Amino acid sequence: MSTAAGSTADGGSTPPVLELRGATARFGSVAALSSVDLALRGGQVTCLLGENGSGKSTLVGVLSGMRRLSEGELLLDGRPARFRSPRQARAAGIATVWQDLAIAPLMSVWRNFFLGAEPTRGPRPLRRLDVARAQQVTTTAMAGVGVVGLDPDQPASALQAGERQSLAIARALHFGARVLVLDEPTAPMTVAQRALVLQSVVAAREAGLAVVFVTHSPQYAHLVGDRFVLLGGGRVAGDLTAEDVDVHDLTRLVAGGDELSRLTEALRSARPGH
Amino acid sequence: MNPDRLSYAGAAPVTRRSPGRRLLDRLLARPSIGALLGVGLVLLIFAPQAPGLLSTGSLATVLDVAAPLGIGGVAVALLLVAGQFDLSIGVVSVSSSLLTALLVTELGLGLWPALVVSLTAALLVGAVNGLLVVITELPSFLVTLATFLVLQGGSLAVASAVAGSSRVSGLAQAPGWDSALAVFGATAQLGEGRFRISLVWWVLATALTSWLLWRTRFGSSVFATGGAGRAAHELGVPVWRTTVLLFLGTASAGWLIGTIGLVRLGGVQVDPALGAEIEFIVVAVIGGCLLTGGYGSTVGAALGALLYGIAREGIVLAGWDPRWFQSFLGSLLLVALLLNGVVRRRLGRVPLS
Repeated sequence: MSTAAGSTADGGSTPPVLELRGATARFGSVAALSSVDLALRGGQVTCLLGENGSGKSTLVGVLSGMRRLSEGELLLDGRPARFRSPRQARAAGIATVWQDLAIAPLMSVWRNFFLGAEPTRGPRPLRRLDVARAQQVTTTAMAGVGVVGLDPDQPASALQAGERQSLAIARALHFGARVLVLDEPTAPMTVAQRALVLQSVVAAREAGLAVVFVTHSPQYAHLVGDRFVLLGGGRVAGDLTAEDVDVHDLTRLVAGGDELSRLTEALRSARPGH
Repeated sequence: MNPDRLSYAGAAPVTRRSPGRRLLDRLLARPSIGALLGVGLVLLIFAPQAPGLLSTGSLATVLDVAAPLGIGGVAVALLLVAGQFDLSIGVVSVSSSLLTALLVTELGLGLWPALVVSLTAALLVGAVNGLLVVITELPSFLVTLATFLVLQGGSLAVASAVAGSSRVSGLAQAPGWDSALAVFGATAQLGEGRFRISLVWWVLATALTSWLLWRTRFGSSVFATGGAGRAAHELGVPVWRTTVLLFLGTASAGWLIGTIGLVRLGGVQVDPALGAEIEFIVVAVIGGCLLTGGYGSTVGAALGALLYGIAREGIVLAGWDPRWFQSFLGSLLLVALLLNGVVRRRLGRVPLS
């Protein structure tokens, strides 16, 4: 297996949808990300693993348009792109499901689903929501990511943790996103709830999206991942494919991520030309 | 590809909740339930002590008290759902009717042109409130408190400087009076009760705001602005525009209340009263609106106003000292706040992630 830092074991020949080259993001003088290369391809799940403070959140921020790069570039379909806001990233087809995913609890599931892009009918002063269509589309879209038997009219507060992620993923799929960035919640979830999230991830991959799955759990990552990017100290400490590692190796690598990144640091300073 | 990788296996078996839990969730989605129960409770308290409460005469009085409060209450309820506050609605009603009266008596304008000017002025106040809130991100409580003080002082000073007293009257001779009376002050005798057209305005305002809230994109924006402002912004919901429009709404409601009062009295009395500002918010909160936003209904606020009217008339008819009314209202508010607190905890307990 190849765990050498910086090597791009992407195992695919299709051009990447979204690519980071030498991405560096600094908070003041501290580099939260330094020279990260990452290529995201359609129909591929890239799992982002690493402990707290390893740069995962910063990377998510960069991909979703929340943070701007200090150095390096972000390429969308091979062309340099700059997002000034999450809205611009979303308009470019990059949907982010945030860790602290916010939904309006009193609003029904279908209203949350269509928030900001509601279908309407009728001429202008009487233009109203096309409730029947919205409910039907919501039910279909939620079934598409594995949530069946859902009453679209129930308040979103009735959704369970995993179902809320499914709602956001189903929304991204429905509105034609090409990249899905999923920051797994830190709140404890039951196995069934996690399974629901994983199912949505798989549904998004099957639909041809480039999926970035940020998670703490190598076990769950290995179930859905095509590629595993290990972050440590803001650098890519390992870039592996599903063929490279089995779940035990991956678990060991993630657990030892700190040492791995320190080792990488040491190697880099020993070989400054690298 | 590894054999242990997950592939799409169709729908996952999700454990549904028990029917009881789902019923509770559905009830929680109807914020007006509390106010409806409150109306029933107040009727239960007063009907045995004051049998006259159920006559058409008393009904007319109750609705007469409730209507202006309800018009303001539904506008404030929309604003509360969007997570904002407006203390200035009462003073907008007084100062806009003062402006109308002065334009008629001092400048000799017709009543309708004067009404157009005062509506424009009221909308201007609403726009200032709304823009200050969205631009500075200051709490709207403080912004509208400042507006309230400025307008209150200004009204009193202008009234005494221009008209020489805090009362301006003599509008009944103005051109356009009869048609304005028909629109804002018509009455209908039904049995022993005299019902006023303000009731129609109240019902219209409730129906319109309820339709907006539950059946239009604007309504989704209102809920999302108050319930999940950051997410709403990221999803492209026009949070700023929604907020400013809602402040324009409360200002227009204030103007309507003021105009109804003006036409009814044939003049305007500028009173330095503070209590009236709070009543709209009290009514909206009794109607089930959370002060934290994202939750509430305008039908609930209308029921809150009805409850207010019944309690006030009931206390008089039951022979209590009318001064107990405020204490009674305060107790109702407290109960409503406690119930709303339960709702908020119940909604908040579901993890957001």
